[in-house]
Amino acid sequence: MEDFLNRLKQKVEIREQIKQRDDLYFITIKKEQTELVLRYIKDNEKFKHLSFMQAVDYLDDSKFMLIYMLYSFSRKVSLGVSVFIDRKEAIMTSMHNIWPHLWQYQREIKEMYGIDFPSSPRVNEDFILESWDNMPPMRRDFDTLKYSEETYYQRPGRKTNDPKEYMRKKLYNDFVKTPKLRDDK
Amino acid sequence: MEKKDINEVEKQMNLANDGLSDKEKTLFSDARPQVVPPVHKIFENFRNWARAQSLWMLAFGTGCGAIELRPLMTSRYDMSRYGIAPRPSPRQSSVFIIGGYASLKTIKRIVRSYEQMQGPKFVIALGSCTINGGMYYDSYYTINRIDHYIPVDIYVTGCMPRPESLLAGFNKLKERIRAGRADGMNKYAENFDWYKKNQKRIIKDWNMPDYNW
Repeated sequence: MEDFLNRLKQKVEIREQIKQRDDLYFITIKKEQTELVLRYIKDNEKFKHLSFMQAVDYLDDSKFMLIYMLYSFSRKVSLGVSVFIDRKEAIMTSMHNIWPHLWQYQREIKEMYGIDFPSSPRVNEDFILESWDNMPPMRRDFDTLKYSEETYYQRPGRKTNDPKEYMRKKLYNDFVKTPKLRDDK
Repeated sequence: MEKKDINEVEKQMNLANDGLSDKEKTLFSDARPQVVPPVHKIFENFRNWARAQSLWMLAFGTGCGAIELRPLMTSRYDMSRYGIAPRPSPRQSSVFIIGGYASLKTIKRIVRSYEQMQGPKFVIALGSCTINGGMYYDSYYTINRIDHYIPVDIYVTGCMPRPESLLAGFNKLKERIRAGRADGMNKYAENFDWYKKNQKRIIKDWNMPDYNW
């Protein structure tokens, strides 16, 4: 796996490289080289399978991270290839030519995060949110509690407790005062 | 003046069916739901007793609570000893179980199925999500109170309620029916405009008839 990453480093710029486990690696690449890298990895480095694609909203940096999770059946290694794109003009090249099933993930991300994938099939159709006319709900500046209070009818008298304090008071109070294991009995 | 009044009365009498195209409007009736008053007391008692003995529930699993209906059907909890049977079609069923949270996509189908059911019909709302939103109280796509969209006869609390409590809910519903107090259908007909207003407020692409199917 290290060989492969070194080989890749000679060809393209890798901005960040994380080894999470022996079978889980993450790399960050440039946006312009995404298609190139993914094609190269798929054709020459045995990462044939795309497990999923997901977006992450970095509101403070004003960026979206797109992550393509690949898996190699021969190496038995997962590789996350992540790309940062600008949050204001959220447009990404569609990769459905490499893995055809990506169109479904791209359609979901378009709906949930508002990231556009031009030329991806059926990308503008409703996926989960029928008749949604607000901003994409998974963006972090979307206030879901406020939207829920405005749109749906709240039942008055709902109480919330701090879960940690409540559980401590209700269940573990005796245990906290006099800790006792089962074997002591 | 008189003509205007007649128009207004007509508007109150018939439904607009605005969501349908002109071609589809000819296919659906525009009559409103009618309140069905109880008949003479002894007959009504007998009919209520008969209704309570055979509750046919709609096998439409909405939300995660529908998983509790499977053990209810099988031999361990065996709901058929209470005269409860699952039916595949809303036309044949009399009990609708809202099994937990309902997203907007589902509530459209819930309203549709509920209106297709023939009276007398009853609704059991299962789980805390249907009562006040439960753990989805701040969700952008899940409704908080089901009773603003369809009338509810019995609530079963819990997250999730066990099949035993669902059976208890069925027995409470039976008591209500025998006492003649399970009148959700009439409540729906009386407050029809209010329910429709609430439904149309959240379902923005209303492309179905207003009541009759």
